[in-house]
Amino acid sequence: MDPIIETKGLTHTYSAGTPFEHTALDSVDFAAYPGEYLGVIGHTGSGKSTLIQHLNGLLKPTSGQVLFQGQDIWSDPKTTRRTRFQVGLVFQYPEYQLFEETVYKDISFGPRNMGLDEGEIDRRVRQAAYFVGLRDDQLDKSPFELSGGQKRRVAIAGVIAMEPKVLILDEPTAGLDPVGVEAILSNIRDYHQARGATIILVSHSMEEVARTVDRLVVVNDARIPLQGTPREVFRHGEQLEAMGLGVPQMTRVFHRLRALDVDVDPSVYTVEQARAAILDALERGPRKAENRLCGERKKEPADMEFSAPVAENGMEQASSDEGVR
Amino acid sequence: MALKDITLGQYFPGNSVVHRLDPRTKLIAVMLYIVALFLCEFFLTYAILFLTLCACIKLSGVPVKSIVRGMKPVVFIVVFTALLNLFYTPGEHVLVKLWIFTITLEGVFSAFFMVVRILMLISGTFLLTYTTSPILLTDGLESLMGPLKKVKVPVHELAMMMSIALRMIPTLIEETDKIMSAQKARGADFESGSLLQRAKALIPILVPLFISAFRRADELAVAMECRCYHGGEGRTRMRQLRYQANDRRTIAAFLALTVLVGVLGHFGL
Repeated sequence: MDPIIETKGLTHTYSAGTPFEHTALDSVDFAAYPGEYLGVIGHTGSGKSTLIQHLNGLLKPTSGQVLFQGQDIWSDPKTTRRTRFQVGLVFQYPEYQLFEETVYKDISFGPRNMGLDEGEIDRRVRQAAYFVGLRDDQLDKSPFELSGGQKRRVAIAGVIAMEPKVLILDEPTAGLDPVGVEAILSNIRDYHQARGATIILVSHSMEEVARTVDRLVVVNDARIPLQGTPREVFRHGEQLEAMGLGVPQMTRVFHRLRALDVDVDPSVYTVEQARAAILDALERGPRKAENRLCGERKKEPADMEFSAPVAENGMEQASSDEGVR
Repeated sequence: MALKDITLGQYFPGNSVVHRLDPRTKLIAVMLYIVALFLCEFFLTYAILFLTLCACIKLSGVPVKSIVRGMKPVVFIVVFTALLNLFYTPGEHVLVKLWIFTITLEGVFSAFFMVVRILMLISGTFLLTYTTSPILLTDGLESLMGPLKKVKVPVHELAMMMSIALRMIPTLIEETDKIMSAQKARGADFESGSLLQRAKALIPILVPLFISAFRRADELAVAMECRCYHGGEGRTRMRQLRYQANDRRTIAAFLALTVLVGVLGHFGL
């Protein structure tokens, strides 16, 4: 399958030719495929923000190319502008970009800039509002009367209303409470499924990325050292730690178990996978695994409920075990 | 990213003799220098001040290039003043007479000296802002204006407002950059259209910018109050300003310079 958007040898240097010269991206080859849910992770200053701002033509490459559906987006100004509508970018803390008198008007800013007719604008605004879970009566309110989480939904709807083929979100859940995080992530999932759009989710949180994305791209030091399915990426736990990224808690538990000579799959990253992996390990070598996992407690492995708290217990057990040695 | 390249405050970090001087010394020296510049009359006095300026620039290690670059915005004023002086100075030695314009020898000299005076004035003050960080500069101003407190001028509050304003400039520039990118991502177009359209295109930037400026101001006010800020009374400083030997020498030298230029100027030199 051909990528919907890709970069070839993308290099970007800030303040070139001054003492503040800084290379944020160094010949990066990146690709996202149609309908894919892609995660981009990297710590602050790794170059991930610079990368995503190239994808919709906000930044111009110092060298290299950005291709959207096989076409260089900088080939002429019209293409660049069209790409901005096809590749929607939601910035970090997007609620700070709201400016209109009503929620409705703010969401319609993007579609209006696209030059659509009123009927189409109305349809898109209402649909975008529906995707992010805004009620009809909220559309006539001032965006500044809403709560922080709701403001963010309005801002995301403002980008969704352009119906982009690729939707990029930079830390869309930063600073929200757990309920807000869930709501936003499920809104994005709905859009992904209903539209078949490509989603690129930029995040710090390994847990969040691990449970939502199909594929992961790790950005570090202006390059992409790792990419693949979450399972493949999390197998490189130590490398990730060295980049200051860390792995999901569950993966850490399993890496620890392996360090204790328990033969389990190191690429586990969700509770469900953990349950399967532990059951599998118990089946293969009941005695050894039982000793490690259950310590003194004489319980039949088959009866155990492997939910998250139990698994964490297992880790505590393991660490105290280590302490004795 | 073009916005980030603007230099504001224009501080040029360094550790030269000039950088290390007390900000008050530099303020006083610049004031004396300006006074001397206006006492100048002819080549000798201008030459003395020009050499002084060159020596100070050399000591500060600030590249001459950046000082020259700073002159660009005033080129228009300089040319305008020069032309006015050239054509409207009455005098006995008429050089050229063309239609209603008369150029006299006095006019040529006056135009030349006026240009030199303006350029030297600007370079001198630039040297001050290039070698003194904005924060030190406000500290220095606050300390020099201290006596005005006696006549109920809120010197400390003014200085504090100035430091906060200076501190916020880069933050607001960054914020503007971010908001512009976000609106561009929604298809906003700032580069084309009529003047009215372009002015309208600024609304999506200005509204969020004002809102965030007010929010920041509010947060800062709360944070300052939480740390019991209540104005200047009884407040001590982390950086105490103290005059060193070099400061005394500098002030003495500039005083002497001003007197010398004043006396020489009096004799029309």
